[in-house]
Formats: sequence, C-alpha cells, structure tokens
Amino acid sequence: MTAPSSSTTQITNQVGLTKADYKGAPSTLCQGCGHNGIAAQIVTACYEMNLLPEKVVKFSGIGCSSKSPTYFLGRSFSFNGLHGRMPSLALGALFADHTLEAIGLSGDGDTASIGLGQFKHLVRRNLPMVYIVENNGVYGLTKGQFSATAEKGLYLKKQGTNPFLPIDIAMEALVSGATFVARSFAGDPKQVKELIKAAIAHDGIAVIDIISPCVTFHNHENSFHSYSFGKVHEEPLHEISLVLAREEITVDDFETGEVREVTMHDGSTVILKKLENEYDPTDKWQALRTLEEAANNNWLLTGLLYVEPNAPTLFDKYNLPDTPLNRLPAEKLRPVRETLEKINAMMF
Amino acid sequence: MNLNRMIENDFCITFSTINGSGSATANITLMRALFRMGIPVSGKNIFPSNIQGQPTWFTLRLSKDGYLARVQEDDIVVAMNPSTIGKDIDALVSGGVLLIPDDFKINGEIRTDIVLYRMPVRKLIREANVSPQLRDYVANMVYVGVLAHLLKIDMDKIYQALDFHFKSNQKAINTNFDVVKAAFEWATENLEKKDRYITAPMKGTEDYIMTDGNTAAALGSIYGGMQFAAWYPITPATSLAETLNEYLPKLRIDEATGKETYAVVQAEDELAAIGMAIGAGWGGLRAMTSTSGPGLSLMTEYLGLAYYAEVPVVVWDVQRVGPSTGMPTRTSQGDLTMVNFISHGDSQMIILIPGSVNECFEFGWRAFDFAERFQTPVIVLSDLDFGMNQWITKKFDYPDLPMDRGKVLWEDDLEKMLEKNNGVWGRYLDIDGDGIPYRTVVGNQHPKSGYFTRGTSHDEFANYSEDSVVWEEVFARIAKKFDTAKKELPKPEILLQPGAEVGIISSGSADPAVIEARDLLKAEGLRTDYLRIRSLPFSDEIKKFIESHKEVYVVEINRDGQLFQLLTMEYPDIANRLRKAAHMDGLPLTAKWIKNKVLAKEEK
Ligand SMILES: Cc1ncc(C[n+]2csc(CCOP(=O)(O)OP(=O)(O)O)c2C)c(N)n1
Ligand code: SF4
Ligand SMILES: [Mg+2]
Repeated sequence: MTAPSSSTTQITNQVGLTKADYKGAPSTLCQGCGHNGIAAQIVTACYEMNLLPEKVVKFSGIGCSSKSPTYFLGRSFSFNGLHGRMPSLALGALFADHTLEAIGLSGDGDTASIGLGQFKHLVRRNLPMVYIVENNGVYGLTKGQFSATAEKGLYLKKQGTNPFLPIDIAMEALVSGATFVARSFAGDPKQVKELIKAAIAHDGIAVIDIISPCVTFHNHENSFHSYSFGKVHEEPLHEISLVLAREEITVDDFETGEVREVTMHDGSTVILKKLENEYDPTDKWQALRTLEEAANNNWLLTGLLYVEPNAPTLFDKYNLPDTPLNRLPAEKLRPVRETLEKINAMMF
Repeated sequence: MNLNRMIENDFCITFSTINGSGSATANITLMRALFRMGIPVSGKNIFPSNIQGQPTWFTLRLSKDGYLARVQEDDIVVAMNPSTIGKDIDALVSGGVLLIPDDFKINGEIRTDIVLYRMPVRKLIREANVSPQLRDYVANMVYVGVLAHLLKIDMDKIYQALDFHFKSNQKAINTNFDVVKAAFEWATENLEKKDRYITAPMKGTEDYIMTDGNTAAALGSIYGGMQFAAWYPITPATSLAETLNEYLPKLRIDEATGKETYAVVQAEDELAAIGMAIGAGWGGLRAMTSTSGPGLSLMTEYLGLAYYAEVPVVVWDVQRVGPSTGMPTRTSQGDLTMVNFISHGDSQMIILIPGSVNECFEFGWRAFDFAERFQTPVIVLSDLDFGMNQWITKKFDYPDLPMDRGKVLWEDDLEKMLEKNNGVWGRYLDIDGDGIPYRTVVGNQHPKSGYFTRGTSHDEFANYSEDSVVWEEVFARIAKKFDTAKKELPKPEILLQPGAEVGIISSGSADPAVIEARDLLKAEGLRTDYLRIRSLPFSDEIKKFIESHKEVYVVEINRDGQLFQLLTMEYPDIANRLRKAAHMDGLPLTAKWIKNKVLAKEEK
C-alpha cells in the first residue's frame, strides 16, 4: 500500500472517497478513552479496505463502547440496540441484505455479562460480521463497577476487591467455534487497524477483543486494562498486516521462514511476521493453549489468535437468492391465488 | 329408555385417555368423519403439561345448529383411563352413555341413569394382525368402530379420514381400519342399542375446512409475504413456527432461481428471537416471531425499543394460563393488559385479536400490512384454544388487498423526495401530517439514506438529543401516528337483535360461547346486542356501542376482567355501564356460564 502523498489534491481510495467520508460525529466520550482511538482505526481501516459506507451497517449494544458507532462512518446505517442484545439484532438485519459488511461494537459488560449468551450463539452460527469488544474491565457508562473481565484481586474505589476470576472473551469465542479470534490493545493503533482490516476480509464472525482503557474509572497502574500496563506488557504474537487481493505482496524485507501468510476468503492475504516464537493461527489447539497460558500468567498477548478462512457461514446454511431479501418485490413474496385453493383442499 | 326420542347431531362425546397412548389419531379420525358427514363439529383437547402417562381428555361436540363452544356436560364418555373413571362418570348427563373396555373394574355402584357398553378391547386387538409395539396405539380404534355402529357414523368417511391422516400410506390405513371394522362388526352382532344418541348426514359444513389456529396463522403469514421468522419453542405457540417450516418450502421457493424467499431461525431464547425479528423488520423484511406468555415477558424491552424507534415487527402471542409457568397447556385471555402496556415508559401497541380460525389466517397477512404501514410492532393475540384445537372454519380467503409495504424510500424515491423538499429528509419527519414518517432501509445506496437508529432520545433527523422539547414533539407525533392507525385497523364486528337494551362486548376465542349464549338468553326472553373487538387501540364504534346500551357485559377469559379494565380507562364517562364478566379456569368458556352470569346480574 502506498503512503499518502502530501499533495494538495484530495486523496481518495479506490472507490473515490476521502478519509473524511468515513468519519462520524465528534466523540462525546472522555478525553483519552481507549474507545476513541479504536473508532479512529475503524475509520482508517474502512478507508483502506475501500468499503462504500452505504455497504456497511453498524450495530451496537449499550455502554460507552456501544455509543462509538456514532463516531465513525456517519453515512452508514446503524442500529444502537439493547444492552447485551446486539447479536440478535445484527443477525436479523443481515438477513435483509446479506451482501452488506457489518461492524458490531460492544463492551465487556455488554458482551461478557448480560450478552454472553447472545454473543456465544452468534459465534456458533458464524454470522459474517466484525465483532469488536472494547474491553476495559469495567462498566464505564454506569460509572465504574467491576465487569466480568476484571481480573481477580482488582481494587476499585466503589467496589473494593474483585474476588472472581475473569471471563476471557477470546477464549469464549474460541470454544464456541469462532472462525476468527484476535486480541489487541488500544495503545497499539497499527495492530488494531490491521486486525480490523483482516476481520473485514474474513467471511464469518470475526471477534476482536481490544483492551481499551477507561481513563475515568479504571486506569490504575498495573491493572490489566490500563494504558501503563499495556504499554509495558503487551506481547504481540506477530507483526500483522493485510494485503488486499489486487495488491502485489512484497515480502522482500522479511526473511524466509519468518513470515506466515493466510489467504482470506475474499482473496486478500494476512501477513504475519514472526516475532519471538512460532505461532500458527490456524491451529486451534495452539490458540487454546496460548490463551490458557496467558491467563495464568497475566500476559497481554495480542495478535491474530485463530483464523479459519473458509468455514461455512450462517448464510451458507440457507438457500438465499443473490438479490437481497429486502429487495424482493411483492409478487415474489405472496403465493399466487391458485395455491390457496390447494391449501384449502389440504386442510381436509 | 325411550328410543323414539332420538337426539340427532346434537351431543357431546368425551374421550378419557392417557397421554402418549396414541388416542389423538382415533379422536381426530372421528372428528373428520363427522365433518365429512356435514355435521358441524368441534374438538377440544384437554391435555397435561407432560409427555406420557397423565390423563388427557378430548371432547367432541356435534352441533346441528353450528355452535362451536365448549359445553360442560358429557352425553357420551369413552373411558380408556381407569384412574379417572369415577370423575368421568360424574360428568355424564342423565341418560348418558358410558363405554369402557370389558376388563375395567368400577368400584361401587354404577349410576343407574346411564347406559353402559363394555368393549372387548383386548380380545379384538389380540385377534387383529398388528405388531405388539402398535397394539396400544390401535387399541383406540376399537372405540371408533363401536361408536360407528352405535351412532351410525359412515364407515366410508372413517376410511377417508384415515387415508388423509396417514397420507395414503396403505399399510398404516389398513392396520387401523381393520381394527375399526372388526370392532364395528363385533358391535353390530353383540350390542343392543339402548341409548338415544344418533348421527345423520347433513349439509352443515359446506365451504368449511378443518384446521387449527396456529396452522391458519402460519399460512396467513406466508400469504402475507413473511420473509423472516425467529422463534423459540413454547407451548402453545410452537406449532405455529413448525407450520411455517412445513409450508414455506412448498409455497415460497422462487420459481426463477429455485431460491428461498424467506428465512426462519430457531433462536437461543425469546430475548434473541425478538431481537432478530426487530433487526429484520428494521432491515425492511416482513418479520415475525411467535410465542406465549413467558416468552412475551422476555420480549418486553425490545418491543419498547421498536415502538420508540418505529420498527415494524409482528408478534403472535398464543396465550396460555399465567403468570409464570402457570398452566402451560390450558387456554386464557390473560395477556391483554400486559401487551397493551408492554415496555417501560409510555408505549402503545397495535393489537389484533382474531375471533375465529379463519380470522387467524386473515390477520396473519394483514398484520404485516399494519406493521409496515404504521412502522410499529403489531401483536396478534391468539390463544391455545384457537391455536392448538381443531376447528371447522370457513375456507381461507385469498388476500383481497395488495401488500402494503408502507412508506419505504429506495434510491429513486429518496432522490425525488429530496428534490421536492429542498434536499431535506429526516427519518422521523412527519411530511404527510399523519404522524407516519418515511423510512429507508439497509442496502439503500443513496448517500443520504443512512441514519442512526436508537432507543435513546432522538430528533426528527434521528440525531441524539436530550432536549425536552424535542422529546415531547417526537413522542407526540408517535401518539398521532396511533390516532391514524386507529381509523384503519379492523373495525369491531357488531351483531344486533332488535329491541335489545343489553349489550355484550367480547373478543377472540370467547366469541363462540357468546354467540351461543345470546341464543340461550333470547330463549329466556333477554335480547342482546353484541360487539366483538378485533383490534386495539379501540375504534370509535366501541364508544357508540357502549353509549347506546344501558348495560354492557364484557365477557373474557381471565380473572381480572382485563378488557373491562381497559375499556373503563378508555371511556371513564360511560364506564358505569360496563359489567365485568370474566372467568378463567384454563378451559374454554361455555355459553351456559355466560348466560348464568348475565341472568344473575339482570335479575338482581
Ligand atoms: C437491561 C439493562 N440493564 C442495565 C443497563 C445499564 N447499563 C448501561 S451501560 C452498562 C454497562 C456497560 O458496560 P460495558 O459494556 O463494559 O461498556 P463500557 O461503558 O465499559 O464501554 C449498564 C449495566 C441497561 N442499559 N440495560
Ligand atoms: S467512562 Fe470510561 S469508558 Fe466511558 S467514555 Fe469515559 S473513559 Fe471511556
Ligand atoms: Mg466496559
């Protein structure tokens, strides 16, 4: 991908849009909130992926995180649903037009507490959509209660000490059969962006659990969901980038053996450059083992944990027309008169 | 007993069996045979919330006058369950008939005012050529054959009924019909007719079909162009969704492409089922879900969102007895108040209440027109009695109106709209003054089509706003939308008797009992007018009806008189004319109960 030139003419992507065309309303979240950084990366990722905003539809639940669809892709349709129940909403809406690219935005409360059931069932059905969890270990919008992803022993002013082990969203996704699972950190914008692009390229559910600090209620040094912890302890599994289908892959600056390529369903390629250890994101056992290890050692491992690019999606299980269902005219929907005579005869 | 005064086509048979014993086939076969003889007949299944081994009753009422309501007393009892036999005998009228297997022992004296026939069930089954696993099932065919002889039920019609039931599977038909025949022949030779009951062919079922309300609702929805259904199993709504699955592949494969023009999803629960349906409705699909009380309780929050964000969706509530798990296999009209006020905050639902199985079909397709026209949830209140019992009903009529997709703007429509209105379009802008805004749906490629849907407060352009004035204005406009809707929803059905001063208001499955009760009351010298409510919000005809009667009985199947309460709230100035006539014991209402209720009050 060529770097943007500094000429005065407006820079556009392959569908002729400028980055401004992907922006949303100004954020009303707290200054420095991790969620803001993620919204900015969604804008860039969609721009770089050459998506038409009219071909994207956004969904969210309830929470500070779930507010963020307002702050990107202002031209796209969006539905801000109920707390924990964005998955069902998205599923129904995508049946209306299965050709759309869907981006779901949720929080750790929204996904791992009230919405855990819907989340896991969505994953199990492999609905093609990007599912981003902005995970801050706390309920931001209700002002600082423990969420189900808060680590054991965490102290919060209002709540005291958390006695419970956390739920690991990436692990929940994996054991429910997710076909794309990633973890990232809002303080690592480049990785966030590339993972979102890979998620968009994926045909199936793409879960990205992004540690996204709540600067107002939960940003203590050394707590797992804080900036300071992430800055020091983030351990990327690899360096990730996405190369679009029509672009040429140039890996000359990678030494052979250090790079792993995963061809995505849409023809693009995820390039994973090896860092410390070998990691094969198509190996589910390795993903599970790695997550378990990370949980036991309080490691913030980030990157593409697991991907299965060609698994059948929910829509492969239906025999839907190519024309979106919501464009079918009345005559395709109401059976003709003669059929009712037969039906009446069938009733005895 | 005087056999000269026969009772023809006007009596009630109850089959007392054990659930899971396969009696349903025998019972429906008899019902179908009688229907084919042209006799108006109704069947009510009273069954436990259990899979096997508990008592079950099926009541078959023959009524030459066409009454379809439940009756309390039995004329004939076929007792196949030894554990309930005492109670079953008590339900018999004087002169009634008891049929039992010949190896049943009855403790104590048998009533002397009834006729007893003993059937050699074991012997006939032993002699029949059936595999041991099937014996218990076909044992029920013995009473079919014996009744055929005693009541003169046409054996050809019984054969036709079996042929239909077993979808022309000759082996299954023969296995069953052989037993029917053997029992018929045994009865012809061995039973002397001592009772008064008899059937005879008549012409009372022309233009009728036999089906149940859930089947009708599912088919109506399919003819309404239903595109998306999400559901979670719950009695008595399950068979509605299952019938969708049965008929959609027969009726809704696109001929040109061979593709399905619909999708059905079995959700993980009702929280998800309603979320999916609302997502689909928002996306521009004719979307529905079907459920019963407990599921509906879980749907409340999303329905509130759909009301305020103005998303069309259709919800079928096939009512059962609540609160809580209540009596899952018994009928009631107990959800009306809840549905009317469903959701926190001020809200309003369009409610349709079908009064017959035929109307379940009609409201099946019309519900989508209303939901899309008014961009709001439509809740159809059916119940277990309609939903799961077999009814004779008028043939389904093909929709007499084209599909109304409401105010949806696709690319060109939006462009024209913008040209006309100086480039301005707002999702919640009331352009026509009827309270109904225009909407776009996902996939629309016009760059101005997208908007942000939310349950949080928003202005006419769907932008977030916490301005009090904005809230009030948008909310008032939604109320206005319901004023528009009120005039276009199905009007109440009114039946008058000249000179009547007393009125009856009712709805839904209470209708058959009211129809019959009015005749009983007339025979006692009390004329009544009748208004059957078919939709809420209440139409103005209801007010006029109440005003023109000095007393109006509100008949319904619940404890608190929910319809009575809602009418009282709606019309406080004339509410003193309303009389509560509510009763709920899990069983369909009887005409006699209504008659007694009205007479008791009138005589005071
Ligand atoms: C049914 C319901 N219960 C409770 C709430 C209150 N509520 C709003 S946001 C929220 C928690 C949000 O937490 P999270 O998803 O982590 O988002 P964050 O604000 O941390 O980004 C809660 C409990 C609600 N809106 N709906
Ligand atoms: S409260 Fe926390 S999560 Fe919410 S906007 Fe502020 S920083 Fe972000
Ligand atoms: Mg949170």
